[in-house]
Amino acid sequence: MADPASLNTLAALDPVHERTGSVGDMTGPRGRRPRRAFSRANIFLYGTLILVSVYYLLPLWVMVMTSLKGMPEIRMGNIFAPPMEVTFQPWVKAWAEACTGLNCEGLSRGFWNSVRILVPSVIVSIAVASVSGYALARWRFKGSETFFAILLIGAFIPYQVMLYPIVILLRELGLYGSLWGLVLVHTIFGMPINVLLFRNYFAAMPEELFKAARVDGAGFWRIFLQIMLPMSLPIFVVSMIIQVTGIWNDFLFGVVYTRPENYPMTVQLNNIVNSVQGVKEYNVNMAATLLTGLVPLIVYFASGKLFVRGIAAGAVKG
Amino acid sequence: MATTHEASAIAESRAAPARRPMRLFRNLSAKIASLPMVLVAVVIFVGCTVWTVVHSFTNSRLLPKLEWDGLSQYERLWSTPRWYVSIENLAIFGILSMIFTLAIGFVLAALLDRKIRGEDVIRTIILYPFALSFVVTGLVWQWILNPELGLQSVVRSWGWQSFTFDPLYDADIVIYGILIAALWQGTGLIMCIMLAGLRGVDEEIWKAAKIDGIPTWKTYTHVIIPMMRPVFVTSLVLIASGIVKVYDLVIAQTGGGPGGSSEVPAKYVMDSMFAAQNLGQGFAASTMMLLSVIIILIPWAYLEFGGKKRG
Amino acid sequence: MLVPNHSVRIRDLTLTYGAITVLRDLNLDIHDGEFLVLLGSSGCGKSTLLNCIAGLLEPTDGQIFIKGRNVTWLEPSERGIGMVFQSYALYPQMTVRGNLSFGLKNARMAQAEIEARVAKAARILQIEPLLDRKPAALSGGQRQRVAIGRALVRDVDVFLFDEPLSNLDAKLRADLRVEIKRLHQDLDNTMIYVTHDQVEAMTLADRIAIMRSGKVMQLGTPDEIYNRPQSKYVADFIGSPSMNFLDGHYERGTFRAEGFQIDMAGYQLGAPQVADRPAILGIRPEHVATGALVNAAPIKGEVTVDLVEPMGADTLVWAQVAGKPFRIRMDGQARVVRGDRLTIGIDPSKASMFDAKTEERL
Repeated sequence: MADPASLNTLAALDPVHERTGSVGDMTGPRGRRPRRAFSRANIFLYGTLILVSVYYLLPLWVMVMTSLKGMPEIRMGNIFAPPMEVTFQPWVKAWAEACTGLNCEGLSRGFWNSVRILVPSVIVSIAVASVSGYALARWRFKGSETFFAILLIGAFIPYQVMLYPIVILLRELGLYGSLWGLVLVHTIFGMPINVLLFRNYFAAMPEELFKAARVDGAGFWRIFLQIMLPMSLPIFVVSMIIQVTGIWNDFLFGVVYTRPENYPMTVQLNNIVNSVQGVKEYNVNMAATLLTGLVPLIVYFASGKLFVRGIAAGAVKG
Repeated sequence: MATTHEASAIAESRAAPARRPMRLFRNLSAKIASLPMVLVAVVIFVGCTVWTVVHSFTNSRLLPKLEWDGLSQYERLWSTPRWYVSIENLAIFGILSMIFTLAIGFVLAALLDRKIRGEDVIRTIILYPFALSFVVTGLVWQWILNPELGLQSVVRSWGWQSFTFDPLYDADIVIYGILIAALWQGTGLIMCIMLAGLRGVDEEIWKAAKIDGIPTWKTYTHVIIPMMRPVFVTSLVLIASGIVKVYDLVIAQTGGGPGGSSEVPAKYVMDSMFAAQNLGQGFAASTMMLLSVIIILIPWAYLEFGGKKRG
Repeated sequence: MLVPNHSVRIRDLTLTYGAITVLRDLNLDIHDGEFLVLLGSSGCGKSTLLNCIAGLLEPTDGQIFIKGRNVTWLEPSERGIGMVFQSYALYPQMTVRGNLSFGLKNARMAQAEIEARVAKAARILQIEPLLDRKPAALSGGQRQRVAIGRALVRDVDVFLFDEPLSNLDAKLRADLRVEIKRLHQDLDNTMIYVTHDQVEAMTLADRIAIMRSGKVMQLGTPDEIYNRPQSKYVADFIGSPSMNFLDGHYERGTFRAEGFQIDMAGYQLGAPQVADRPAILGIRPEHVATGALVNAAPIKGEVTVDLVEPMGADTLVWAQVAGKPFRIRMDGQARVVRGDRLTIGIDPSKASMFDAKTEERL
């Protein structure tokens, strides 16, 4: 919209323009409207966002800084300050020497336990969930939707309700306390979200493609392996991100279903940091905490937008 | 014409397969492939839940046994002070984290939605805590809130000598210390969901509001937020179902202390079942947790699915 | 045993989803080598019927025969059909060659035979240079050709087309339409073709089946469907711009309406004796004579022009007859403006008359 002031000036100048032969009312605002880079709204907007970012980054900063300081410096100084003297000793100690009770092997054992739990759990849970999701999307049978509904409702049942009966089941199967028992538990509790993801993804794939494959004589497995799988890399990545972070971060199942020698990293971390014996070594504790958070953080930063897509897909379901 | 039709139809039907393939074996591969899902749904989600509920009416202690004991586990539960502390904590924590997570999540999403520079960077920063476990979250905030070396001592060293902020050592406010950590970890997720919801709003709604001269904040309160109702409902359900499960965070950050003042129901269940060898109590308490989830879920399911069928 | 001269026969086919009936007691015989078009608006059940024939949907009741064989319970691949889809449905990660041979490989056909068939189909459809490309690198027309090829290599008796041209732009659609017609003339297969586009139906079909809410309203040649629609629905559905309908009464050989009457002497009644009753007279806009042709028409009248829509080749004129809008199709060169008085002529032999209550042809 032209502003009134410029219209007035135009009217006043008009006769002059007539005489000079220039084009009457084409001298008003033209092209881009000048804009101040630092308007008040912008300062407020960016200011808020920067403050918020600082709040969210602070704990990470504190963890890194503390883990690089020696104990004397920690006792003296301020937790936000960078170390005056950088030392990697806490990291070494957290990895190889930190104690839980009488055992002083550091976090390394928990790390390798977590890896040994993570790899089969992720593979098995995604394989099972993808096939189930595919069957639900394209090969419905009587009652399949009912089972799916139960599965989704199951996602909201507090784990504590099912913990003990599963202990009994695992004991009957001879898996209680072993890594494979935990793999089974992760597969079970990863199912609702992952089956939902895969089902929605496969259901959104063009139905005619599936029909064409059936006319071409392909059956359940051939359509899945040769037609669907090559088209579903994104959803596998999303599902993998969810499973890797979820399983790595698990604490409850690790505590309940494994023996101490098989404890995953999170459980061991808690035992190291919250152990009541000896002097608290905050730098070692923070190094251990960072080490435990490292795997999901790497997954998070490496996957970028897919991580966001993954959790949003899980939450805003179609 | 009709007779020839019938005659040829009879002739044709003779060539048909003798028997219809049995119902059970049609799509057999699909059914075999779905077996794990069916087993999980039936055995774990239905079977185990029913098992626990049934055993909550027994006097199981070290081992589960089916000796009927009526409601005595529940009577004992509701006369235990620790249980009251647990549910009071859960109520405070639950209500506040719902309000704050929704509010902060929405405001941050709305700010990020204003076509700002560096959106990706800021979103990455706000969301990264969500990748970390509750154990890591609990431990880092335990360290920051440490009164002798953490935030409190830093502020005092800046000259404000009377500054006191030590929630983890003050039984009256310890739950707020846990809340701070939980908000730090969880708001990113809700922000992302809200942002996805905001991006889903038709661009033309904004254009129409601009032409009608409606101020931005009013567009949000009167147009956008009502439109995003399903997103809010989903977020609320997500937050609520997470709250009931809160366990790891408390274990890592306070271990239930100081003096049992930060107990939560999930921890009560775990302690009864695995430490106090009082299974019946654990089953009764977990059944109460289930009940609270059902109370939250039923209105949601009604809104989400009941409404759709009628419309 | 009878020699089947029917390629596809459908007997009492019913399909219901809970309370919703999509197809009801549908019977249809399709001759060997016939091009049959299933035409109807969306939701009429035409695609559902095609999917039942293909074996992609399971009917609730009824039978389907292909080449005299009861295929009701057979898998799609065992029925001797090939199918072309609206969205092409090409397998994106396979080359054109892979797309064409996928079905043959699943049937465990010998490699040499597969190659021979792919080569033949590619030659017929002129897609030989594209064989090693992926579908993403093809244009819409090329993709649809590959999709047709996938049906072609199967060397089957019956081709099923599910709105194959709907995703193409208007010009390409016209080109491919001609190609499909040529393909049918060369191959002599039975083709069943679903569309909602009446131009496609009229140009391609040997016979058209007009469907509405799960039933066949009329089955006939394009000429019968256009000139002798058996119901008001069919008359209204076929023809663009659509037919004018006038409400009135049929009384002893005359159609009377508010303000005028038409002697129906030239009209061929469906039955020798038609009792007097309320009736609807349908006149196609292109059957209304104007200008010099009026003199040849048995019935004449005068109308006032309300609105003029020039469309290039011809011009559509809107007027009022008996208080209702009445469309007249004139030559594109005609010069008319709003308010003109126009003399029109009507030939009852080209009109259609329907019972006002049952809406069936009289």
